[in-house]
Amino acid sequence: MIAIVDTGGANLASVINAFERLGQRAELTKAPDAIARASHVILPGVGAAGDSMKRLQASGLVEPLRKLTQPVLGICLGMQLLFERSEENDTACLGLLDGTVHRIPADVARGVTVPHMGWNALHRVGPASALFDASLEGQQFYFVHSYMAPAGPFVRAQTEHGGPVPACVERGNFFGVQFHPERSGPAGAELLRRFTHL
Amino acid sequence: MLAKRIVPCLDVKDGVVVKGVRFREHQVLGDVLELAQRYRDEGADELVFYDITASVEGRTVSVDWVARTAKALDIPFCVAGGIRSVADAERVLHAGADKISINSPALERPALIGELARAFGSQAVVVGIDSQRDGADFVVYQYTGSAAHTRASSKRTLDWAAEVEQLGAGEIVLNCMSSDGVGKGYDVAQLEQVRARVSVPLVASGGAGAVQHFIDVFQKAKVDAALAAGVFHRKEIAIPELKSALRAAGLEVRR
Repeated sequence: MIAIVDTGGANLASVINAFERLGQRAELTKAPDAIARASHVILPGVGAAGDSMKRLQASGLVEPLRKLTQPVLGICLGMQLLFERSEENDTACLGLLDGTVHRIPADVARGVTVPHMGWNALHRVGPASALFDASLEGQQFYFVHSYMAPAGPFVRAQTEHGGPVPACVERGNFFGVQFHPERSGPAGAELLRRFTHL
Repeated sequence: MLAKRIVPCLDVKDGVVVKGVRFREHQVLGDVLELAQRYRDEGADELVFYDITASVEGRTVSVDWVARTAKALDIPFCVAGGIRSVADAERVLHAGADKISINSPALERPALIGELARAFGSQAVVVGIDSQRDGADFVVYQYTGSAAHTRASSKRTLDWAAEVEQLGAGEIVLNCMSSDGVGKGYDVAQLEQVRARVSVPLVASGGAGAVQHFIDVFQKAKVDAALAAGVFHRKEIAIPELKSALRAAGLEVRR
C-alpha cells in the first residue's frame, strides 16, 4: 500500500488521483502505524512550511517519518520539509538532508518571477540514481514554489530559474521532487510509476 | 529555462462548456472533461475554467465537474468565477483544482487575498484584473460579467496590481478589456507597464487573434503566460502550430 501523509494541504486530491490513474491505490493517512507499514510513502505539501511542520508535530509524525526505511517521496513543500530548516516562517524541518531552504530571489528584468510557476526542464547532476536516471535529462515538469532547496551532494537533477534550482534530491531511501509529478503530464506519471517500483 | 505558458480559457455553465458570448444565447460547445482533455492532448500548458453560472447568479461553484476534471486531467487548472470566501475556495481546491482566481470579490474586500494566501499558499491564489485605458492611465473595472453591472472601480490598474501582489496573490491575470474579443492583439503597452510593477507571474488576457500576437506579447511585454479562448475554440489557431511558431521565434515552450 502507498501511504500519502495527510499534511492537510489543499492538493492532496491531485496526488491521490495521480496514483488512481496509474491503477494504484493510495491511502491518505496521518496514522504513524499505517505509514510505517506502507510499502511506499508520499509526503506531499502545499502551503507554508511552518503550518505543515506544526501539523506533523500535532499528529506525532516527526520522529516516525525520520525513522522510515521504505522509499519516501517528498513532493514540492514535502521535499523542502526533508531539510534541516526553512527560512519560510523560520521553521525547523525533518533534518534528513543538510542545509536551509531559502526564498528564490526575483529578478523580473531577467524573466525570473516568483513564485517559479510553470513548466521547466531538468538537467541531471550528481551520482547515478535508481529513480532519477538519465531519462530525465531535458524533460519538462510543472513547478510552483517560492522557496528553494540549497545545493549539496544530495542533488540529482536541477532546473534553471535565475540560477540552478535543485529539482530532484536523494539520500538513502528519501527522495524529493520540487515539481508536481501529479500535474506534469505523462513525464510526471512515469516518475510516480517508477517510484512505486523501487 | 521556464517555458512560456499557453492557457486556453473555457466558460462553464451548469457543468458544460459554453461559447464565450457571455451571459446570453449560450451555445454548448461540449462536455468539460472532453474539451479539457482535447486541449491537454493538443499541448495546452494549463487550463482556466470560468464558471459563469456561479459568477452571475451569485452561486458558489458546483464542485462536481471540478472533481471529475481533476481525476482525469494531469496538467494544472484554475477555477474562476463565484469564489467569494475562504470556504468557497476550499471546496474548489479540495475537489482538485490547483488554483482559484478571484476578481470583483477582491476589489470589494482586498483582505480576502491575504486570507486565501495564508490558507492555501500564494501559489494557489490568482487575482484577475479587468482593466481599461482612461486617458493616459489605466483603471480597474468590476462586475464585468454582466454589461448592465460593469463599472469602473476606484482603483488604478498599476497600483492595484502592486497591491494584490503585496497582499499575497501568486499570479495576476490582466484582462485588457478594450482588446478583449477584438482579435487585434494583446495590449502590449499596458502589459509592459504592469510587468514593470510586479514580480509575480503575469498572464496576458484579451486580444489574441493570430500567432504573431502571442509572439509579440511574450517578447515585448515579457509575460509568463498568454490566455485565450475564441481563437482556440473556433480552431483558428491550433496549439501545436502555435508552439512551433513560438519556438521558431526563440521562445521557450513546453514540448
